Amino acid sequence: MTDTEQSRIRNFCIIAHIDHGKSTLADRIIERTGLLTDREMQSQVLDNMDLERERGITIKAQACRTVYKAQDGQEYIFNMIDTPGHVDFNYEVSRSLAACDGAILVVDAAQGVEAQTLANVYLALDHDLEVFPVINKIDLPSADPERVINEIEDVIGLEAEDAPRISAKTGENIEQVLETIAHKIPAPEGDPKAPLKALIFDSVYDPYKGVIVSIRLKEGTVRRGDRIRMMATGAEEDVVEVGYFGAGQFIPCEKLEAGMVGYITASIKNVASTQVGDTVTLAGRPAEEPLPGYKKVQSMVYCGLYPADSAKYPDLRDALEKLQLNDASLFYEPETSAALGFGFRCGFLGLLHLEIIQERLEREYNLDLVTTAPGVVYKVHKTDGSVIELTNPSNLPDPAEIDYMEEPLVSAEIMVTTEFVGSIMQLCEERRGEYQGMEYMEQTRAVLRYYLPLNEIIYDFFDALKSRSRGYASLDYELLGYRQSDLVRLDILVNHEQVDALSFIVFSGSAYERGRKMCEKLKQEIPRQLFDIPIQAAVGSKIIARETVKALRKDVLAKCYGGDITRKKKLLEKQKEGKKRMRQVGSVEIPQKAFMSVLKLDEN
Amino acid sequence: MEIYIHLPFCVQKCRYCDFLSFPAEEERQRVYIDALLQEIRRTAERTGSCEDGDPVKPVSVFLGGGTPSLLPAEWIGEILEELRSCFPVSADAEITIEANPGTVDTGKLQMYRSAGINRISFGCQSFQEQELKLLGRIHTVREIRESVRLAREAGFDNINMDLMSGLPGQDLKSWEETLHQAVVLEPEHISAYSLIIEEGTPFFTQYGEKDNRCSEFAAKDKAGTEENGFPALPDEETERRMYERTAEILAEAGFRQYEISNYAREGYACRHNLGYWTGIPYFGFGLGASGYLPQSWFSRMQAGNTGSEEKEPLNEESGTAQRWVRYRNTCDFIRYTDGISEYDEVQVLDQKDLQAEFMILGLRLTEGVEDAGFRRRFGCSLDTVYGEILKKYSGMGFLVRKDGRTYLSRKGISVSNTVLADFL
Repeated sequence: MTDTEQSRIRNFCIIAHIDHGKSTLADRIIERTGLLTDREMQSQVLDNMDLERERGITIKAQACRTVYKAQDGQEYIFNMIDTPGHVDFNYEVSRSLAACDGAILVVDAAQGVEAQTLANVYLALDHDLEVFPVINKIDLPSADPERVINEIEDVIGLEAEDAPRISAKTGENIEQVLETIAHKIPAPEGDPKAPLKALIFDSVYDPYKGVIVSIRLKEGTVRRGDRIRMMATGAEEDVVEVGYFGAGQFIPCEKLEAGMVGYITASIKNVASTQVGDTVTLAGRPAEEPLPGYKKVQSMVYCGLYPADSAKYPDLRDALEKLQLNDASLFYEPETSAALGFGFRCGFLGLLHLEIIQERLEREYNLDLVTTAPGVVYKVHKTDGSVIELTNPSNLPDPAEIDYMEEPLVSAEIMVTTEFVGSIMQLCEERRGEYQGMEYMEQTRAVLRYYLPLNEIIYDFFDALKSRSRGYASLDYELLGYRQSDLVRLDILVNHEQVDALSFIVFSGSAYERGRKMCEKLKQEIPRQLFDIPIQAAVGSKIIARETVKALRKDVLAKCYGGDITRKKKLLEKQKEGKKRMRQVGSVEIPQKAFMSVLKLDEN
Repeated sequence: MEIYIHLPFCVQKCRYCDFLSFPAEEERQRVYIDALLQEIRRTAERTGSCEDGDPVKPVSVFLGGGTPSLLPAEWIGEILEELRSCFPVSADAEITIEANPGTVDTGKLQMYRSAGINRISFGCQSFQEQELKLLGRIHTVREIRESVRLAREAGFDNINMDLMSGLPGQDLKSWEETLHQAVVLEPEHISAYSLIIEEGTPFFTQYGEKDNRCSEFAAKDKAGTEENGFPALPDEETERRMYERTAEILAEAGFRQYEISNYAREGYACRHNLGYWTGIPYFGFGLGASGYLPQSWFSRMQAGNTGSEEKEPLNEESGTAQRWVRYRNTCDFIRYTDGISEYDEVQVLDQKDLQAEFMILGLRLTEGVEDAGFRRRFGCSLDTVYGEILKKYSGMGFLVRKDGRTYLSRKGISVSNTVLADFL
């Protein structure tokens, strides 16, 4: 197909609850539309980061263009846009959805509708996408497509009687999905002759091409050589290349027109100037208004990242630089800690984002990291009238200088089946939630609306939500603003020495409880040493909780004769290695994982 | 110079044992003895004399196992005869054989005596029948008493008894009882070990790793409660008490503790084992036997050795301090009995390794290390090398520095691993 007719373009995404087979279906679609040979076909082509494949989740949005020859003899261009599935990446999801005209909803024929199924559907409907359900995994012995179809109709309210019943794994009935996409997903609209308006829904750094910006053209046309402007940042660049996405490949072409999905490269060195959500227009003939929806990505969660081996500080810096190119939502700046040495204060979209960055640093850059307790950005109003944005608890000014403090508040929507409403409400109350209302979606399902302090949900709120709703509740939230709050800094003293890396800001009413749990947890994490080690939690000079790690009483190698020496030496070496992986704070050795484990205080 | 000879045969494997030992029929045992004799001859030919031409003079020989006393006593005689014909074994050498209670009779013991064996070490382990059974030992308490009596009658005036604390189901009282019973038999030497759960043993499957470093919560999971009908291991505090009581009870009975697990009457400390802890070179003969030699000796032992995996001869460095080698003979029975000399592990020790070993082995002794001895051996003072560690642990009361010696305090012995690891 040489000339691309708008009427035969299908921009769509696949949405699903985790593990319902989204990526496998994507693979089948790419396979059946004949873009790739079998040899090129690696399992789950869209998820190209190792980590994504292992965790089975999609982190970065990606796109892929294929050509489908439908049963009516027409050829259709499929632009399949992959979306991340976690609430931390909500912002990226909504950008991806904004690039689509329709969505295929994958539902597991055995498990039926689940929390993220709903969350994703509502997100898609918010973006005015047409959603078409597909029943997957009909090859499973436990599959019950009829029940699931009823569930989709009852719970979500989507017409599902004609939904394709498929097995993405075996390839059964995949044609029906392809036909659905060709005939039911609406064609894009937009005038190729209008001033250019293209939505940036992703940007990645490629060592050869520089920054590659993924765009969905809503209006107008972009060609190689055009001078473009990013409407929010104001940056102007010359387009070096335009093209579309093969599977894992970039295929250059002459121009992109309204309705199309593709990429541009523009010798852009600085990823920060190409923010996801921004609108690209032509410098010479700009659009009057940008597309709606751009907001600056803001770090919600901050923590300190330190190299386990302090000699690796430059390596960590290089790794963060490279990661940031690939992930504009990552923020970092250097900081130092008395306990941990040189490191970085880093900002993330959420706790999962934090964990993923940490894992990528460890895996892709071979770094051993120590992470400090994550916190949010507090606003400290000082008595002299100045305001500090506090991301590191250690920088909290002297209480005498503080007039009052503010903390970020989010507006949260929790979707839950009615039987769990009581326990979820209780959870929200415990987390200082302010009840805003409840609506019944249908008989068995409700949406709870709460205002919640962000610092109450960054730790273990998801886990608590899951365990109190048997995995059924889903959460969506957005930043509401800042609110004055009674906050204190909780310090941890190990063997009477304050460990700065363990300090965090907490609502004063929760300080006692948190302090107690911290001490208990640390008691488990710090191995016994040659003397009793008191672990104390303190607010200011007041000790509010205490535990003791009892001294090691017996640690002897009973036998060590001629034949044992080499082996026993190895045992001692192992013991010494273990010590090396610990951080010396005063005379106490604290294992690195202790700094991280205190994040999970509500386990068990 | 010392010599260790490994005789790997036993009646049945004990449930805690991770030594290289196994049952075998007499024919295979004989094949093994022949290979052993061959190894002794071969080694003597290559390394019979020191660099200066003086003969290598063994001052102690240790026949360990396995259960050496299972073998026909004549064979033991043959081995010692071969040793003497190859090496000028010192006339007053300490020559020890390990024996299991119940596997010796007067005839055997007399033959040991006439072969020159002057020390016998009985693997008694416990005076509680139930504990013996649980360990998988083949003897009874009655057989312990009988064997010790027979050894005395045969003229042994240096008898050791091995005992084990920290056994499943054992409590402080039953351990004290074992100690008292042992003392009644008036041995010259007692080795009292606390049980180590070694990987690959049935005990490991049953009890898992008794990790001393785990938190007290975890430690409690493994100790103190009975599981699947198997009695539980004593908890850490009980074990520590057992260790304390060992020293007390044996001291009352006239024994002096001279090493973490060893107690002797005056003048009866085991010379052979003292050698291990003070860096005396030794040959290890037999399957899987370990040795420790100056690198130059080891190179000569390897010379002309075509089957060796060490393709390049280890370099002798001139000018710098002598390196030493720890090696272990092959554990492959077939290859060993084919007369192939090869090594499973060869570890070359440089100055730093040797200094670390000097400390971690020397500090096992209650008298510790002699500061001047360190200087004599390495040409620098103990404090220039380990000053910081010594200061730290003596400050904490785990190390004592007194009269030119450095040793672990009572409190330091209990947690010696933590202290010793820092010298590596």
